[in-house]
Order: sequence, then C-alpha cells, then structure tokens
Amino acid sequence: MSMRGWHPKRSHRKNVSYLGAAGEGSGHWWLQRLTALIMIPLALWFVYSIVSLAGASQADVQAWMGSLLGSTLLVILVPTLLLHSALGLQVVIEDYVHSEWLKFGSILLIRFAYLLMAVGVVIAVLRVAFGG
Amino acid sequence: MSTTERPLSPHLQVYRWRISMFTSIMHRASGAFLSLGTLVLTWFLIAAATEGDYFSYVSDLLAHPIAQLLLFGWTLAFFYHLANGVRHLFWDIGKGFEKATYRTTGWLAVAFAVVMTVVVWYPVVMGGAA
Repeated sequence: MSMRGWHPKRSHRKNVSYLGAAGEGSGHWWLQRLTALIMIPLALWFVYSIVSLAGASQADVQAWMGSLLGSTLLVILVPTLLLHSALGLQVVIEDYVHSEWLKFGSILLIRFAYLLMAVGVVIAVLRVAFGG
Repeated sequence: MSTTERPLSPHLQVYRWRISMFTSIMHRASGAFLSLGTLVLTWFLIAAATEGDYFSYVSDLLAHPIAQLLLFGWTLAFFYHLANGVRHLFWDIGKGFEKATYRTTGWLAVAFAVVMTVVVWYPVVMGGAA
C-alpha cells in the first residue's frame, strides 16, 4: 500500500487505514478492546453462575442455560470470549513464532477451531432453550 | 542467518523484578492460560445439551482433584486478567501512567485476583465437596 506515512493533503482516516504488519490498521486493536469491554459484566455474571452451579445436576444446568437471561447472555458471551481469545493468541503467536507458515497456519487453525466451538455452543444453548 | 555469537540485548533475567514487569508478563500468561479454559467451557456447555449419561461423566471428571486444581488456576487467572484488563482500558484513554498510580493499581489487580479467588474457593475447600 502506498498509503503509509502521513500526508497533509490526506484525511486522517487515510493516514491510519491499512497500517501495521498485516495491513489491517487499528481494527485488531479496537476489536480487542471492544470485546474486553462487553465481557466485563458478562464474564462476572458467568463466573457467578458457574460458582452457583458447582456440582449441580444436568437439569439445573439446563434450567440456567435455557432461561431467557441465561441463553441470551451465553449466546453473546461465548462468541465474544472466543473472538477476544483468538485476537490475543494471535498477538502472542506473532511475537514468538517466526516461521511464516507456522505463524499463518496456527492463527488459521485457532480461527477454524474457535468458529467450530462458537457455533457448537450457540447451537447447544439454543437446543436447550427451545427444548430441541 | 549468521551463527556467530553476537551480543544480545539484555533479557528478562538481567532485571530486578518489579510489579510493572510482573503484571505485564502475567497479563499475557493468564490470557493464554484462560484460552485453554475455553475448551473446557465449550465442552461443558455442549455436554449439558446432550442426552443420556454424558453430562454426568463430564461432571464427575470436573470433580477430580486435578480438574479442580485447573479450575482454581482459571479462577485466579480470570480475576487477574479482568482487573489488569481494566488497567489496560484506562491506559488506552491515557489515564493511570503516573509511576505511583501505575504501581498501586498493579498491586491492586494482584490483590483483587487473590481476594476474589479466595471468596470463590473458600466454601468449596471448607465445605469439602464442590
């Protein structure tokens, strides 16, 4: 991209778009913060729920998972959590893995695995919620 | 790449441990460890939606001492990563960089993690079973 570097005749947006090693500008950084912010209340709710459910029966866990509040928050929380985790692991991999293929491969592998996990959890929650 | 022994820049072991260094390293370490926990979280939630005896099998496995130790570790990592993550969000809006504030909030994050982990696990340890 020849857009790199500051230029007085370009807009501010053009000065930051596509910057960085991956050419994605501030997208990764911003999404990491946004997912963090969303999770502050959701993760606290989740930990509180799990602590209350310690050793609970499957019926109790399903009642929690399938409730209007439980299913709604889980369907928001789990994909957000996995996205936040994928973004974080990506930075760690970019810092320590120096072989291009291994770097690319492991980031891709995490994304595929997390996509599968996110879809799996959402379907599990909806199944319980709608009694499928 | 040259194999000649070249001088390297000073690495971790050269420095005296400070709270700033500790909190920074632990943020990444706790995040990576929590990422591993997402596998168990996913497994648990999917198991809860299955029919038959599969959930009780998972539930029994999670009651095993090794699993409990891992869950204890994830509790500590979670509360630490949460508290230190809030510090990060404040730094992002340009606040909390003063040396004294930086150190105080660092210690606060560590203390928060320890206290909350004790609050969560005290009844489990004292009550015997989870």
